[in-house]
Amino acid sequence: MSILVNKNSRILVQGITGSQGSFHAEHCINYGTRIVAGVTPGKGGTAVLEGQVPVYDTVSEAVQKTQADVSLIFVPPPFAADAIMEAADGGVSLIVCITEGIPTIDMIHAFNYVKKKGVRLVGPNCPGVITPGEAKIGIMPGHIHIPGRVGVVSRSGTLTYEAVGQLTALGIGQSTCVGIGGDPVIGSNFKDILSLFNDDPDTDGVIMIGEIGGTAEDEAAIWAKAHMKKPIIGFIAGQTAPPGKRMGHAGAIIAGGKGTAAEKMEIMSACGIHVVQSPADMGQKMKSILGN
Amino acid sequence: MKIHEYQAKSVLAKYGVPVPKGDVADTPERAVAIAKDLGGSVWVVKAQIHAGGRGKGGGVKLARSFDEVAQHAQAIIGMNLVTHQTGPEGKRVKNVLVEAGQDIRRELYFGIVIDRATSSPVIMASSEGGMDIEEVAAENPDAIIKETVDMAVGLMPFQARKIAYRLGLEGKQINRAVSFMQAAYRAFVDSDASLLEVNPLIVDGTGGLTALDAKMTFDDNALYRHKDIQAMRDLDEEEPSEIEASKHDLNFIKLTGTVGCMVNGAGLAMATMDIIKLAGEEPANFLDVGGGATQERVEAAFRLILSDDAVKAVLINIFGGIVRCDMIARGVIEAARNLDLDVPVVVRLEGTNAEEGLRLLNDSGLGLIPVQGLAAAAKRVAEVVKGA
Repeated sequence: MSILVNKNSRILVQGITGSQGSFHAEHCINYGTRIVAGVTPGKGGTAVLEGQVPVYDTVSEAVQKTQADVSLIFVPPPFAADAIMEAADGGVSLIVCITEGIPTIDMIHAFNYVKKKGVRLVGPNCPGVITPGEAKIGIMPGHIHIPGRVGVVSRSGTLTYEAVGQLTALGIGQSTCVGIGGDPVIGSNFKDILSLFNDDPDTDGVIMIGEIGGTAEDEAAIWAKAHMKKPIIGFIAGQTAPPGKRMGHAGAIIAGGKGTAAEKMEIMSACGIHVVQSPADMGQKMKSILGN
Repeated sequence: MKIHEYQAKSVLAKYGVPVPKGDVADTPERAVAIAKDLGGSVWVVKAQIHAGGRGKGGGVKLARSFDEVAQHAQAIIGMNLVTHQTGPEGKRVKNVLVEAGQDIRRELYFGIVIDRATSSPVIMASSEGGMDIEEVAAENPDAIIKETVDMAVGLMPFQARKIAYRLGLEGKQINRAVSFMQAAYRAFVDSDASLLEVNPLIVDGTGGLTALDAKMTFDDNALYRHKDIQAMRDLDEEEPSEIEASKHDLNFIKLTGTVGCMVNGAGLAMATMDIIKLAGEEPANFLDVGGGATQERVEAAFRLILSDDAVKAVLINIFGGIVRCDMIARGVIEAARNLDLDVPVVVRLEGTNAEEGLRLLNDSGLGLIPVQGLAAAAKRVAEVVKGA
């Protein structure tokens, strides 16, 4: 098993006719992911990727015709919030939004809408979700992953690859890896994903990779202390970041002395999370904890 | 994006938020002309820079005659203003805002931010205006009133009333406070702000409320739909290397260490800075070359890093996913050839086509130092700096 996605997931791609959308959809298909439809308004009735994937004008039509249950979004920022809401209304149960640069106010509306519809959203501004050997729904390099029993949840893209690379090099496979995104307003938080891993019988431990800014890691740690039955290895990026400077991600900023790495690491440790100081130690730490 | 106080007040005024009468001047003569236009007998001359703490640094002065307006404007325009937010090097003042003096009876704090925990805008208010709100939050968190706004309906009058009563306002002040807060909220949402701070918000002798100071920060992702706000950008307030970086779609922040960093991805870039520190050195910058890094961008990134004289070595850390390591390696080699490299460069390549990338680096004859693994890379670059 795994969380969020597996080999039976049926994926539609919003924005499949764009350069990003078609490039990544093709890589997902090559990985073995079942991409069953594309959606681009005005391009309905056509097919892309050598005629393999039918394109529809609307999400609801695509869902009706193909029984897609996951939407993967590559729509440009000005239109992405609308695309998220269309997916939530169109009948999928999971939305993975890769788009970077969506205005925060738009995202608040989309977040509230998706919540009301009872649909799960991962992202935006994230690498997506992968269940190794089964489904790759995003932009991560599939080949660095191997199937296994460790979950990974992270706000960052390449730093997630780093953690996965360390695990794979040690022969430790992954159940599912989830990039939750680097924006201030995101669909799923650490707590949501940890809870799914907690209930997944095929996940034995989780690597949680946070960064400066906000309090999502603190809230997840406090939740984990009360509920988590599996070991968590934690790392916080940005221990050397100066206050008031936005470190790439819109969410990664130390504001008003709050959201520092030191603060987060202290709370996480106090809640029983195995915090590593060095990003090079994530895999090794997991190995030593699971070995016990 | 940040803007100046006078610009923030112009945005707020458009939405009906009461602000003092005034205008901006770049010469003492112009400052006096503004004071004459305003009339009255007391004026305030305020330095316009993006950093806070201007008053303590001597950038805000009260004038009781036109001569004093001229004197203060003379002293402040062109001065190098140092505050706790400018860093020790300070900031040169180009303009002053000249405003009519106000009859201040009470000083309050009012702010709006996006609260990540609730994914909603939240109103913050305090009766301890004029103070640094972060100090108030640390010493007396109960003194800060918070009200979460449901964006579907906006800031409701009952919420604003709740805040107003808790601030100790009374009588006619209540309705004035409600209109003030609703107007400020509309300004915040309509302009895609990420922060609005009015500190102090004053109550005058007639019970009126006025934004005596104003600070606004905007969501960079939404600037494309606000040409008027984009036009308020003041490049003189920004770090030149960061402006240059933004031209190449690079995410760059200058820091004070000696190890230049080039990394793909913001999280990995921060982690790379961290591991450099753990190895005993300090990063000279944060630099994310992004997911779509091209040879050209790698070269631009290299140029930026090397333009900092403090840099004694460079660490390139790339985890190739979509970005192919061989392409990065070609960019690095090309840049190293073009740039007359005089500092050692440690390169760690992992992921897609890493082996091919390493082979290219080794064959280049440029003395680039390839390393495997994140920890080893940090250790190596620290050794190189100590040897340099």
